[in-house]
Amino acid sequence: MSDPLASAGTASTPAVAAGDELVRVENMVKHFPVRAGGLFRRSVGQVHAVDDVSLSIPRGQTLGLVGETGSGKSTLARCVAGLIPVTSGRVTFDGRDITNLSRGAMRPIRREVQMIFQDPYSSLNPRRRVGSIIGDPFAIHKTSTGGERKRQVQDLMERVGLNPEHYNRFPAEFSGGQRQRIGVARALALRPKLIICDEPVSALDVSIQAQVLNLLADLQRDFGLTYLFIAHDLEVVRHVSDSVAVMYLGRIGESGPRDPVYRSPRHPYTVALLSAAPAADPDTAAARQRIILTGDVPSPIDPPSGCRFHPRCPKAEAVCGQQEPQLEAKAGDAATHLTACHFPVQAGENLAAAGRSEPT
Amino acid sequence: MSVTGLEFAGQEAAAGESALDADAAKIQGRSQWQLTWRRLRRDKVAMAALAVIAVILLLAIFAPVFVAITHHPPNIAYPNTGEDAAGNPVGPGTAGFWLGTDGTGRDLFIRILYGARISLFVGFVTTAIGAVAGVIVGLMAGYFGGVIDTVLARFTDAVLAFPYVVLALALAVVLGPSLTVIIGVIAFFSWAAIARIVRGQTLSIKEKEYIEAARSLGAGPFRIMIFDILPNLLAPVLVLATLYIPTAIVFEATLSYLGLGIQPPTASWGDILADAQNFYSTSWWYVVFPALALLITTLAFNLLGDGVRDAMDPRTERVLAAGKARRRRRGKHQVLADGQAELSHVAPYVPPAEGS
Repeated sequence: MSDPLASAGTASTPAVAAGDELVRVENMVKHFPVRAGGLFRRSVGQVHAVDDVSLSIPRGQTLGLVGETGSGKSTLARCVAGLIPVTSGRVTFDGRDITNLSRGAMRPIRREVQMIFQDPYSSLNPRRRVGSIIGDPFAIHKTSTGGERKRQVQDLMERVGLNPEHYNRFPAEFSGGQRQRIGVARALALRPKLIICDEPVSALDVSIQAQVLNLLADLQRDFGLTYLFIAHDLEVVRHVSDSVAVMYLGRIGESGPRDPVYRSPRHPYTVALLSAAPAADPDTAAARQRIILTGDVPSPIDPPSGCRFHPRCPKAEAVCGQQEPQLEAKAGDAATHLTACHFPVQAGENLAAAGRSEPT
Repeated sequence: MSVTGLEFAGQEAAAGESALDADAAKIQGRSQWQLTWRRLRRDKVAMAALAVIAVILLLAIFAPVFVAITHHPPNIAYPNTGEDAAGNPVGPGTAGFWLGTDGTGRDLFIRILYGARISLFVGFVTTAIGAVAGVIVGLMAGYFGGVIDTVLARFTDAVLAFPYVVLALALAVVLGPSLTVIIGVIAFFSWAAIARIVRGQTLSIKEKEYIEAARSLGAGPFRIMIFDILPNLLAPVLVLATLYIPTAIVFEATLSYLGLGIQPPTASWGDILADAQNFYSTSWWYVVFPALALLITTLAFNLLGDGVRDAMDPRTERVLAAGKARRRRRGKHQVLADGQAELSHVAPYVPPAEGS
């Protein structure tokens, strides 16, 4: 990437002034060492979890981050939240550089950046009462004690649609949806500016998903929250997001405002993802042409050269394996709709019929 | 999955949820301890053991009351009434000695009571020290990992690998026998097993998402260890500790028996047993009663420990065995129904609507 700042950073959000940007990630790289051996563990390779990713989220908006399992989206979220150190790159939050801050320096930032986790079962301590779990943020940041804290916790429970009387219960006594509401209440406690939602509804029933999504939307409206919303469900992301970024093997393949990306996807991977999403309407389902990708996602320890998608791409040519495509606006697209592809998909093009994606 | 459909289903389910909530307000949340206690109360063996321990504790605590009743302080010998013409101990019931006398004409019952005070004190104190030290070491090693883990875990292994009786004897000889040395020596050998269990538990717990949630809230390592990990460790540590008390009691008796523990004239079960050896052919009570005291006490603690372990973890063998027996009695078609019921325990699988 020659100038990712100009391309992915500011360019993707032209409607908002630069000062209105809440989060900005520049050239973030996160590699995990792969160790072997017993006593003297030596590094034998690196998992390229996130590789040179840049993005920005305007204040009060939602960025949806889509990708398969293992595409690095959760790692990206944890890096932004400061839970794991980044290998290189920069994270700016509300104008402050928060890259790899010490725990002490990160502490005030923690109040403004919160997380909602994927698994409503393992994200709540089974041995602690709900009141204590939701009151944790107040206790850690010493903002209130005793009766005042209890009142705040009960207000929060009411706000997220839980019965405040259940203050003294254990997480095991709640359903999955209610547990996720507990997680939302905990994230909301300190009135953060940014909430990172790491697949917040993936573990829930579809009807419960809707409740939680609607709750998140209400909270965003009422508190002016900004979301980094991670999911692998394209319809969920379409429902909640203002803009979308599609990740594949640690890189962003395509990003832009929601509607252009969904209506006229340019990256073959995005097209394939969209074609594989289930449709509720049987007529639509019958009419659409699925693009069957061949092979598996390559190992992130040894990612393919050039475009990371080229071994599975129906449109791949020699150049794709040699030269890495830049994330840039393609001809005919808005300046905010960026695609990293040498041969972007044209409107009306039938990928399913192309090359080696021939369905068997 | 269309968006409008989603919202509609959402409203409906939300209405259902709030209707349920009205009832739910009446239900009191039961803590893990309440549930454990309920299960423990149904365990007759454990409850009997608990009763026995309570009696022994009361006897030990109120030992001075029995001194007041019998007028036989523990360390006073009664050469005239407490020994027969040949200088041997007198039997139970003789001359106001309920369980007879010992080799120097002291009241055996009173000495056993005072021995119980020492045994229980050593048992509880060493186990408490061992549990606290073991939890601290195990938590540190498991949570911090890296060099801290390597050093602490290897030290734990080293302590566990020691032939501890030999080392305890050597330490007792070098430092001189006293109650403090005994407690120190026993505690030194009781923390390691607890530390190892705690380390293993900590390693698995620290990967849970709620630990990450606590970190994302800004909680420091010590807050996480105390508020998030420790509550999950209390159950296994409590079980281990209950099973360690009798071990410590026997260990103390062993050291005292070998003359390296509690020094005479202070009464200790091990010491009484050592003296009793010389009289076993003439005075059976002198050997039998202190040995019984030791046996009953350790047995009661062991049975209680087993009961606590079963009560803490409902999936233990005994419960499973009982469930199997019940199923067998109910006949074939019931077994089938049970099989289905078991399937429903498996968490519902929500097919991921993955876009790949």
